[in-house]
Amino acid sequence: MKRLINLRINGVTYPVEVEPRERLLDVVRYKLDITGPKEGCGTGDCGACTMLIDGKPVTSCLMLAVSTAGREITTVEGLARPGELNDLQRAFVELTAVQCGVCIPGFLVNATALLRENPNPTEEEIRAWLQGNLCRCTGYTKIVDAVMEAARRINARPSPETA
Amino acid sequence: MHAFDYLEPVTVAEACAMLADHGPRARPLAGGTDLLIQMEMGKVRPEAVVHLGRIEALRGIEWDPQAGLRISAGVTLREVETHPIIRERYPALATAAQVVGSVQIRNLGTLVGNLCNASPSADTSPALLALDGQVEIASPTESFTIPVAEFWTGPGQMVLQPGQLVTGVRLPVPTPSLRTWYYKLAVRKAMDLAMVGVCVALEPRNGSARRVRIALGAVAPTCLRARHAEQLAEQGEITNGCLEAIAEAAVAATSPISDQRASADYRRAMVGSLTRRAFTQLLR
Ligand SMILES: Cc1cc2nc3c(=O)[nH]c(=O)nc-3n(C[C@@H](O)[C@@H](O)[C@H](O)COP(=O)(O)OP(=O)(O)OC[C@H]3O[C@@H](n4cnc5c(N)ncnc54)[C@H](O)[C@@H]3O)c2cc1C
Ligand code: FES
Ligand code: FES
Repeated sequence: MKRLINLRINGVTYPVEVEPRERLLDVVRYKLDITGPKEGCGTGDCGACTMLIDGKPVTSCLMLAVSTAGREITTVEGLARPGELNDLQRAFVELTAVQCGVCIPGFLVNATALLRENPNPTEEEIRAWLQGNLCRCTGYTKIVDAVMEAARRINARPSPETA
Repeated sequence: MHAFDYLEPVTVAEACAMLADHGPRARPLAGGTDLLIQMEMGKVRPEAVVHLGRIEALRGIEWDPQAGLRISAGVTLREVETHPIIRERYPALATAAQVVGSVQIRNLGTLVGNLCNASPSADTSPALLALDGQVEIASPTESFTIPVAEFWTGPGQMVLQPGQLVTGVRLPVPTPSLRTWYYKLAVRKAMDLAMVGVCVALEPRNGSARRVRIALGAVAPTCLRARHAEQLAEQGEITNGCLEAIAEAAVAATSPISDQRASADYRRAMVGSLTRRAFTQLLR
């Protein structure tokens, strides 16, 4: 039986009718047309579908949309204002950490959560945090470099209080 | 995925009543990292899914220096892994939680879900066995606890009756001298299930050991304790010869299968080798 729920995604509330069996990933992509999150595996292994729920990275292919009603959901579209790039995204572009790109929304969303929790990660910490994100193209080295570079830039900038 | 009734209780009593109503055709849903995959594959087709995520009483980790630790059914593996008291006092459990899947999976998956999926390769189960864990169970009429060791009856099988829900796991206060060790043997360093999991807990005393627990994962239909090996280890000074006998007894407790991850022979050899390594490390 369909039910009407409110999904809060990237700061916007979307009323949407769903069946309980519908996965969050499908509702977001196919009913709301927010197509940043990708389906790589559908079994929690690849991380391409990563979204933040209340700030925490999760695999949205393993969640029912109904269960996330009322919670704060962030996709790659919500990381920067439309048309702009944040430090992490810019670092991915400048260090050519992107090839085909299908894994990248998942990496960006998950690495954002890492940098919020640990603004100065070591290479080892970055690799451990990103172990649930698979990339078939880049070989990971440049992705790890880009996260380190983004951390450097964010930390180099004077914080609002000291500026 | 098949269609089902989706129920969202807000109290434990409501959840038990819903589970009792639908009998064996109902399933609790915690993080969904096992259940939703099994439903997607059509392996299980519950007619009612009882989502536990809106039950306030199932959140939180409580620590009391007398009563010990209580981890509610809604607590994620990531919360277990990062909790300061668990890291300090129950390091084997923190480590076991930390080696599950990825951070995304650990933010969804719960400790109690790992227990209730009843997979012999569940990473956190050997630690719960070695730490003398108790499972807290609620039903529409009563609530009680049983030892973790009595909880499973086979792969994916446990003692729960229709209408019963696990509300949490309890661990006693570890004695100051208790030392623990967990090792997950897997092909890949990340995102892989254990071929063998060994968790040993003991109190070292000048080359001998007290309160020995040897818990094994992925080498039998359920996780189990190698009780005969534990008794051997408590009998006096642990010499090299004695360690050999303990390792042999640990292997004898297993009944591994050969599958795509490892052969039964390899699993047996690794139980022996990891048991020896555990004692060498813990008695050092
Ligand atoms: C990509 C991936 C990698 C993984 N890697 C590992 C790994 O390395 N090691 C490992 O051990 N596991 C691993 N897992 C499995 C692990 O995520 C699960 O076992 C998890 O801990 C289950 O918790 P959950 O909250 O998601 O449970 P769910 O999937 O919601 O439930 C699991 C089962 O327990 C039942 N259940 C849940 N809560 C209760 C309750 N309170 N009372 C009664 N029954 C209940 C459900 O009905 C269901 O049958 C992995 C999973 C994925 C998808
Ligand atoms: S699509 Fe969700 S983890 Fe691969
Ligand atoms: S850039 Fe192609 S999969 Fe990562």
